[in-house]
Amino acid sequence: MGIAVYVLAFGLLLIGVYALVAKKNIVRIIIGIAILGYAVNLLLVLVGYRHGGTPPILADGQTSADLAARSVDPLPQAMVLTSIVIGLSVTALAVALAIRLYDKYGTFDMNDIRNLRG
Amino acid sequence: MKGMSPIVRSIVGLIAGFVMLYGLYVVSTGHLGPGGGFAGGVIIMAGTVMLILAFGGDKARELMEERRCHVLQGAGALAFLVVALVGLWYGGFFVNFLPTGRVHHLHSGGAIAISDLAIAMSVAAGLIGIFLALIIGCRAAMFKKDK
Amino acid sequence: MTIEFFILMLIIFMIIAALIAVESIDLLSAVIAVGAAGFALSVIDLLAGAPDLAFPQVLVEVITLVLLIRMVMTRRDTSRQTSRDTLRTAVVLLAGSVFLVAVFFAAGGMGMSGGIPPFGQPVMGSAADTGVSTQYLTRCAEDTGAANTVMGILLDYRAYDTLGEATVIFVAILGGYVVLRRVGRKKDAKEVEPS
Repeated sequence: MGIAVYVLAFGLLLIGVYALVAKKNIVRIIIGIAILGYAVNLLLVLVGYRHGGTPPILADGQTSADLAARSVDPLPQAMVLTSIVIGLSVTALAVALAIRLYDKYGTFDMNDIRNLRG
Repeated sequence: MKGMSPIVRSIVGLIAGFVMLYGLYVVSTGHLGPGGGFAGGVIIMAGTVMLILAFGGDKARELMEERRCHVLQGAGALAFLVVALVGLWYGGFFVNFLPTGRVHHLHSGGAIAISDLAIAMSVAAGLIGIFLALIIGCRAAMFKKDK
Repeated sequence: MTIEFFILMLIIFMIIAALIAVESIDLLSAVIAVGAAGFALSVIDLLAGAPDLAFPQVLVEVITLVLLIRMVMTRRDTSRQTSRDTLRTAVVLLAGSVFLVAVFFAAGGMGMSGGIPPFGQPVMGSAADTGVSTQYLTRCAEDTGAANTVMGILLDYRAYDTLGEATVIFVAILGGYVVLRRVGRKKDAKEVEPS
């Protein structure tokens, strides 16, 4: 089961790479970037997961050693937390670029844009 | 961009304040529970986006000019850097210079709460600004030209 | 066992949603399928003991949906359905299977040391623990006074990283402004007014 979870997360990563490489529509490429981000975040969270783990937040009256014995790994979560917001701003940047391209050329298709530029 | 119907407007007018308050709560208790600067900043931004979508572009421009967004975003990023530099005075970059306090009390965590506020301001203002630019398409120069 | 099963099902749901997003003909349904994948990810975060991540993931998902729908809805999709480029697809699938094989052999689930630890047993608690996570968890409360260890790491132990990420956000948003700016564009000034 553990292997299946990792392999499926990598499959999600592959779908993102496929959308990036094989698609010609700008919207699909932005979607591919978003899916890549999801897959990486998912993989990092799953690596830090512990069977029956609690969130890494100290409860009232709990000792730190007890928390360390039963909590999930907090380090990947700290990495992913910032990555989520960065993903939003990168999506906003990509959407801005796509809107400028559409205003200029009237299409989302990369082939058409390449032909029109000439 | 036009606003939505009066029903949506009045409901949003009632709710928006509470959304912002919840965002501030999440920001200020980031060191006690789930939340923190990034999550709280995005909550505040989502509340503002709700207002913008309900009331339309004109009202939004009265409430929040883009220039103000730029200033607030820069100020937030600068405040985070200032926290780091003040730590330099106490022995190193990003040294926690305030007393740590008692765990589970609001006055704990030292400079973490201040950093949370700075990050929330930077994230919220920056994302509101780019949302205004993307969705409303209001450019100061362009509207001057129209009039 | 049950939580792991839920996580597995949700990942399969994410994969189906991602496939719909990549392959569906209509752009609007593609964008909505991406939203479905993101919400499933936030539920996975919640189940895997990361409420810190589930919060921003839901909100970021809502904002991303609003942005993408706004971009797609008023603009007509004129792209043609081209025939599949077999070379690109073959390259992607080949590289992907190489990745998968590498992961399969690097995963500690095969009984090897190193690589990704087996699912559900992070490196943190194991005997060969040379990382810092246990130290962070044990000492965060007395070092920083923060009950939430993630925030303690993010803003105290590793605040350098956070400064870098704040810079990345700042620059990305600045790039968005610069791209959308019309102040310096005399020629484009009476271009299509954004709806």
